[in-house]
Amino acid sequence: MPDAIPVDSVGIVVPQIAQFETPLTLSCGQELLTYQLVYETYGALNASASNAILICHALSGDHHAAGYHTMSDKKPGWWDSAIGPGKAIDTDRFFVISLNNLGGCCGSTGPTSINPENSQTWGANFPIVTVEDWVESQARLADRLGIQTFAAIVGGSLGGMQVLEWSIRFPERLNAAVVIASAPNLSTQNIAFNEVARQSIRRDPDFHHGHYLDEKSVPTNGLGLARMLGHITYLSDDAMGSKFGRQMRHDSYQYNYGIEFEVESYLRYQGEAFTKRFDANTYMLMTKALDYFDPAAQTNGDLSAVLSRAQCEFLLVSFTTDWRFAPERSEEIVNALVKAGKHVSYAKIEAAEGHDAFLFPIPRYMATLNSFLTRIGNRISMEAQ
Amino acid sequence: MRSDLEMIDEWIQPNLRVLDLACGPGELLHHLIENKKVTGYGLEIDPDDLNTCIEKGIPVLEQNIDEGLQNFEDHSFDLVLMTHALQQFRRPDLLIDEMLRIGKECIITFPNFGHWRSRLHLALKGRMPVSDFLPYNWYDTPNIHFFTFQDFERLCHEKDIKILRWAAVDGHLRDHWWIRTMPNMFSETAIFHITR
Repeated sequence: MPDAIPVDSVGIVVPQIAQFETPLTLSCGQELLTYQLVYETYGALNASASNAILICHALSGDHHAAGYHTMSDKKPGWWDSAIGPGKAIDTDRFFVISLNNLGGCCGSTGPTSINPENSQTWGANFPIVTVEDWVESQARLADRLGIQTFAAIVGGSLGGMQVLEWSIRFPERLNAAVVIASAPNLSTQNIAFNEVARQSIRRDPDFHHGHYLDEKSVPTNGLGLARMLGHITYLSDDAMGSKFGRQMRHDSYQYNYGIEFEVESYLRYQGEAFTKRFDANTYMLMTKALDYFDPAAQTNGDLSAVLSRAQCEFLLVSFTTDWRFAPERSEEIVNALVKAGKHVSYAKIEAAEGHDAFLFPIPRYMATLNSFLTRIGNRISMEAQ
Repeated sequence: MRSDLEMIDEWIQPNLRVLDLACGPGELLHHLIENKKVTGYGLEIDPDDLNTCIEKGIPVLEQNIDEGLQNFEDHSFDLVLMTHALQQFRRPDLLIDEMLRIGKECIITFPNFGHWRSRLHLALKGRMPVSDFLPYNWYDTPNIHFFTFQDFERLCHEKDIKILRWAAVDGHLRDHWWIRTMPNMFSETAIFHITR
């Protein structure tokens, strides 16, 4: 809980809802007749609507990226360390938009929403959405907000995939793309991890084939297990080691299956806390969106060919200890952009936190982000004069 | 700009696709992008230099050149540059091969260790030279290979590398007749424009 709002915070923010009545045809072939997107904005849109930055969230993110909803909030938004007045994504200069993606569980239409066609909870009947569908819906939100061209679109992990898709699908609608700790597609190992996560949810007896809300139950065991697994892959071996080592709960071994090591307690806590704020169907949808993303498939696996459509400047960032989306994966994107002759810069940030590093305010990372965006802002201002 | 950079600038045609290895804060690349309309990238590993490049809008990639350049395709650049850095890499000979694979032409500059002052320093004092231009001690220097104008010429000859042109200058870009006549003795910086 903040005693007072920090000076470099965007302060109290109020989520807004955009309702869409034009049907959206999804990659899977199904149509969403109506849907809503919940979003927040920070900073002010300038007269020429040229200073907007879109933030794309990752697997378990949402629209609440910065600031506080109430003075009793324990924590600010998920990327508050990077978004605010004078911060890397400077809200004194930019108008920042952050939304909850379709299929989410934080206010945008998703499995926990009511299906208008039968007035029942969508649950497992909610169609599988893809990165492409998200970008399409984000573009409609941009239209609604009067933004033709973004100064930049920024995202980490699954968010970075959305940024890549934007650069390919709507090349004229962004000046810059910031792709952080991401990949051009998932590795086999990544897909395997996702499948274990999904299976742990689906095999929970409380899952009820995805209609658990109708049954007034929640597959907390399965979802918690999925999160525990995910959590391990977001951290580096070193980060876990330095945080917990072999620290034990008791002075000696108990020779049972209770908590012996602190890391066990930590994972159980993380898993359980997650089930209180996240929906299992949404989690499964998000992992499928990750699995399906592969823009190079359009050009026979030639990433450079598909990225040649892009017109924006790129900044790629990776983290040394990230093994879920290793630096080599970012470098695949960099190499493809170089081959296509695109304006790209790449920074490999020394960080101990593993994949999670993209959420930490690591000084060099923040400085890189700020330098890049500041110059993009200056360039746009100069071109406008 | 550093004197060797000014000299190189005169040699570079407009609109080329350029790769600048160990580009530092991007001085040369920035100049070439602004004035010669070249496109291209710098490679660098120093965080401050990388940030400076990003601030200035120079495309820069964090990549350790000693770990290889296999990610760049054959002849994918018109020109590969390396200014005052060749002496810092593990295998300059293999690096030159790689540069000539990636670029149609290369321009390389390096400090000439055959300069008379270096020779005198070693000959008279019996210790490795420390100068304003190479201000390091033998144990902490990033310069792990010391070679001369003539050493480089000989390597080109052995590898059948064509020297398109060369220049030899002192620290102030003074291009005196005696430097031209005896570059190995009088040049502080050697500049070679090479191709296969």
